Parts: sequence; structure tokens; C-alpha cells
Amino acid sequence: MRQKEIFLAFLRVGLLGYGGGPSSIPLVHKEVVQKYKWMNSDEFSDILALGNALPGPVATKMAGYIGYRVGGVLGMFNALIASVVPTIILLIILLTSLQAYKDEPWVQGMAEAVVPVVAVMLALLTWGFVKKSGKSVLGWQWSVGLILGSFLLLEVFHLHPAILIFVLLAGALLKKNFNEGEKTKEQRDL
Amino acid sequence: MIYLKIFWAFFVPGILGYGGGPASIPLIENEVVDEYGWMTVNEFSEVLAIGNALPGPVATKMAGYIGYTQAGVLGAAVGVFATVAPSLILMLGLLSLLMKYKESPRVKRLTIVVRPVIAVLLGVMTYDFFLSSYEDVGAFQTILIGGISYLLMEKLKVHPAYVISGALIYGALVLA
Repeated sequence: MRQKEIFLAFLRVGLLGYGGGPSSIPLVHKEVVQKYKWMNSDEFSDILALGNALPGPVATKMAGYIGYRVGGVLGMFNALIASVVPTIILLIILLTSLQAYKDEPWVQGMAEAVVPVVAVMLALLTWGFVKKSGKSVLGWQWSVGLILGSFLLLEVFHLHPAILIFVLLAGALLKKNFNEGEKTKEQRDL
Repeated sequence: MIYLKIFWAFFVPGILGYGGGPASIPLIENEVVDEYGWMTVNEFSEVLAIGNALPGPVATKMAGYIGYTQAGVLGAAVGVFATVAPSLILMLGLLSLLMKYKESPRVKRLTIVVRPVIAVLLGVMTYDFFLSSYEDVGAFQTILIGGISYLLMEKLKVHPAYVISGALIYGALVLA
């Protein structure tokens, strides 16, 4: 019974959450806190804070962890499968059927028309990251400096992004704390 | 060993993509297009477009589809596993430790320092997509489609799924 509830809760989240994982968080909250009352709002925000402190997709981390808490290891797999598998199957069906008509001019037209749309979406996403960075504890000066530095390293010297990110993470963990004023700014930002 | 390659291609973005699924998209592109050459920039943008038009997490959808095209159902499973498992295992394993430090500025700083790098990767990817569009359909169509999408999504707040569907219809009728 409980496994069925877990499955349905995360199936709804997976099928209704447009715009990727982060935008589905309110839906998870609605199912887990309001509908099934598996935990209260405070516990939920704790888990969200935890999820944000770790890398990787947010939605699946939430699904896996909440599924585990509510229904053990089985619950974890259950929640993960419910949130990712249906839309993966949809994507595979849609794209492979398009592939079958790959050489038809109308399919090529479709594929070409969608590229500028994705480019605009990415441009907006890029600007979102730049803005968030500038308004964070880093400030605009450091953000622009880091952006230019990263650009140089990645595009001119062809450093693998993994190495650059790893070095920055290590630096962030090892560096002494920021002062108090900056800390409150950071909390406001998050 | 294709499964190992698929695992690695999605493990790296999964473990370094701070800021949720969207942050790992340029890292996935870096592995799938530049590193392994499994698809062109154009094919990748198609997958991203259709993936964005469908609901659910983006990174796992990409991993599932790309894994499937490279090595079938098992490839899809490996891709999704590599995307999801490492950070989930970290979360379950380090729970008590993380609970203690989740308010610590050092932990919060992790997301903050990675943001500028992700911005650069996303920016470069944006440029690649515009360039590839310019080469395929020319400057006029690129600016026209891009401009209209911008107005619809950003100014009129039309849902991206409708904008992508509209572009698909336009492409089938006009660009064919």
C-alpha cells in the first residue's frame, strides 16, 4: 500500500514537473508534506538543503532519499523509477520515431527550427547563472573575474571542466570562512 | 567497453554538476559531443529540445536516451544509474555529517564557486548552438526563430513546451 503511494506520488511529480528537476521541488513538497504527510515542512527543507549541498540532479536525490525514508531500499528504487522512467521512455519513443524519418525534408526542417529555440533557452539559463553568481557572496567583481578566468582555461587552454571544478571545490572547502556580513548576505541569497 | 564509457560520461557530470540537472547539461555535452563523439552539436540540441518539451528531470532523460542510443536498454540503465547513484549514495551515506554542516558557509560555498564555471560552459554551448543554426538555416531564420522564442518565453511567459512545439510545426512547414 505504502509502496503504491510512493510510486503514485513520484509518478505525478515526474509527469507534471516541467522545466527540469529544480522546478519540480514544489510538487514534491505538495505530495510528501501536504498530501501524504510523510514529514513536516521543516524536515522537508532540511532534506532540500542537504540535496542542494551535493552535486547532481536535485529531483532524483529528493526522490531517492524520501523513498528510502518512507519505504526502505525498495521505496528508494520505487520512487526513482516512478520519477524518471516514464519520461525517458516517452523521449526514446519520440526521438527514435523521428530518426526513422530522418531523411524526410519536413523532419529535417523540424530539427533545424528547434536549434535556435534551444539556444535562446540556454542563453537565458546562462544569464540566470551569471546573475545569481554576481548577486551571491562572490559579488560581481569576483564573478566576472572567475568567468573570464574559466573561459580562458576552458576554451583557450582546453582544460577539462572536471579539473577546474574540482580545484574550485577544494579551494572552497579549504579556504577560511568569509566574514559575518558576507554570511548574512549569502543566507539571504539562498 | 561501451558500458564503462557510458558510465564515465554521465558519472562526471553527475558528480560535478552543482546546481541541479540544468547545471550538468553543458558537462554532459562536453562528454557526449566533444569527448566521445557520440553525437553532433545539432543532434544534441534536438535531444535537449525534445527533452525540454517533456516533463520530468532533464539530466536523467538525457542520460537515458543517450545511453539507449549507444547500447540499448542496458545502456540507458547504466546512464541513469551513473547520473543518479553517486550523489544519492553520498546523500544517504553522509547524512549525519551533512546534517551537522549543512548550514556551514563552506558547504554553501561549494555551489557558489562552481556557478561561474557553469555559466561559462552554458555560454559556450549557447554560442555553439547559435553558430550551428546559422550554418544550417542562415542568419535570418536564426534571428527570426530565436527572437520570437525569446519574446514568447521571457516576455509573455509562454511555457517552453508550447514554444518548442510551435518551432517544430514551423520547421516542418516552412524550412522543409
